[in-house]
Amino acid sequence: MSDSVSQCEFSLRVNGVQTFVRACSMERLLDVLREKLGLTGTKEGCGEGECGACAVLMDGELVDSCLVPVVQAAGSSIVTIEGLAVDSRFRALRETFLEYGGAQCGICTPGMMLAAVNLLDKKPAPTMDDIREGLSGNLCRCTGYAQILEAVAEAARRGAAR
Amino acid sequence: MRSDPADYEIVAPGNLQDVVMLMGDNPGALLPIAGGTDVMVQYAAGTLRARKLVNIWNLPDLRRVEVLAAEIQIGAGSTYTDLREHAVVKSEFPLLSRAASWIGGISNQNRGTLGGNIANASPAGDSLPALLAYGAELILVSVRGERRVAYRDFHKDYKKMDLAADELIRAICLAREFKPYISYTRKVGTRNAQAISKVCMAALGRMEHGVIADARIAVGSVAPVPLRLMETERVLNGKRLESSIALLARKTAAEEIRPIDDIRSTARYRSAVVGNLVAEFLERLGAPAAGHE
Repeated sequence: MSDSVSQCEFSLRVNGVQTFVRACSMERLLDVLREKLGLTGTKEGCGEGECGACAVLMDGELVDSCLVPVVQAAGSSIVTIEGLAVDSRFRALRETFLEYGGAQCGICTPGMMLAAVNLLDKKPAPTMDDIREGLSGNLCRCTGYAQILEAVAEAARRGAAR
Repeated sequence: MRSDPADYEIVAPGNLQDVVMLMGDNPGALLPIAGGTDVMVQYAAGTLRARKLVNIWNLPDLRRVEVLAAEIQIGAGSTYTDLREHAVVKSEFPLLSRAASWIGGISNQNRGTLGGNIANASPAGDSLPALLAYGAELILVSVRGERRVAYRDFHKDYKKMDLAADELIRAICLAREFKPYISYTRKVGTRNAQAISKVCMAALGRMEHGVIADARIAVGSVAPVPLRLMETERVLNGKRLESSIALLARKTAAEEIRPIDDIRSTARYRSAVVGNLVAEFLERLGAPAAGHE
């Protein structure tokens, strides 16, 4: 199958910008973001939906982009860590991740922050159990988690949830 | 080995009717893909055999819960998050909303679907014991029309289903008759989120005048298919809750299951756990004041 036959054009909003990409329907949203759009903040960890390193928001819902074929993202609105980085609403979260040592090697951090934003959107004043559950699909091999959970709790106290 | 996306094609007709027509024209040739939490894992591992897929993610006809007087019909494309958030599912079918809450993490719950859990046919599917306990029925659709089957008879053997090559699971029906029941469910695994169960039990029970009027016990990960413990239920129904009956129920349950040793656990451990869970369920049944699990 030649590329011209198997590839289609897909339209999606990425971090607020209407974007068109040529891709195979099965291509993972993760690869489209990283390789076609150059948004390498989204990381690949396990590639099978276990670790959450590739998490993004799709139409406001947390998803693992390694499990989304691009055809299913067509017409949707995607937010990646690059989108969070320039959004003033998430300043508190960025600050507390730094203050509390929530980021070490950094591979899990984008996914952790997307999961945190998703949680705080739904529960602006989460309990520790809420935070544990909200981040339970994101694995970290550096911190032991305590610093990350504290960072999210403190961000919530500082009004991270708008 | 990572797969090459150019070897695959996903067609996306955008509505249920056209999906069913396409599957009718190409029986067995199109693998339905919803949230991709199983299909994309196989794709990543290079083990996905189907080369042509049909997109059923987010189809309005598959992603809604119809609340009727006598039953609810859950669209097969409803996600675990949909189930956790639905008022009637939460209040009348807590076994299902609880199971949905410990499948994967939030991102998996936002994408994984109830129909997918059934069609993937893993004996470890966490939502499946709940469906067995509630006596679920499935509505299957194809170009030939719809048929309705008992979920209990749907999984024939390991990964074998009563599903024709051109059929799709459209809805899961649950009768609204379980409000008077005590519900008990427990997942035993390394960790609730992400980890696959070693044993998962969902049980319902109703007492009348000190006698067990109806006990319904279902278990996952202890046989080639999710299992309803019919023999154990027979031992319990019509009896007073006494320690001798509890002991007999434990013994019967251990004989009724067919667990194996695998990467997650051993047959011996699973057998012991099933006995303990049966006992815990009976304790709960005898002391409903302790509340719902």
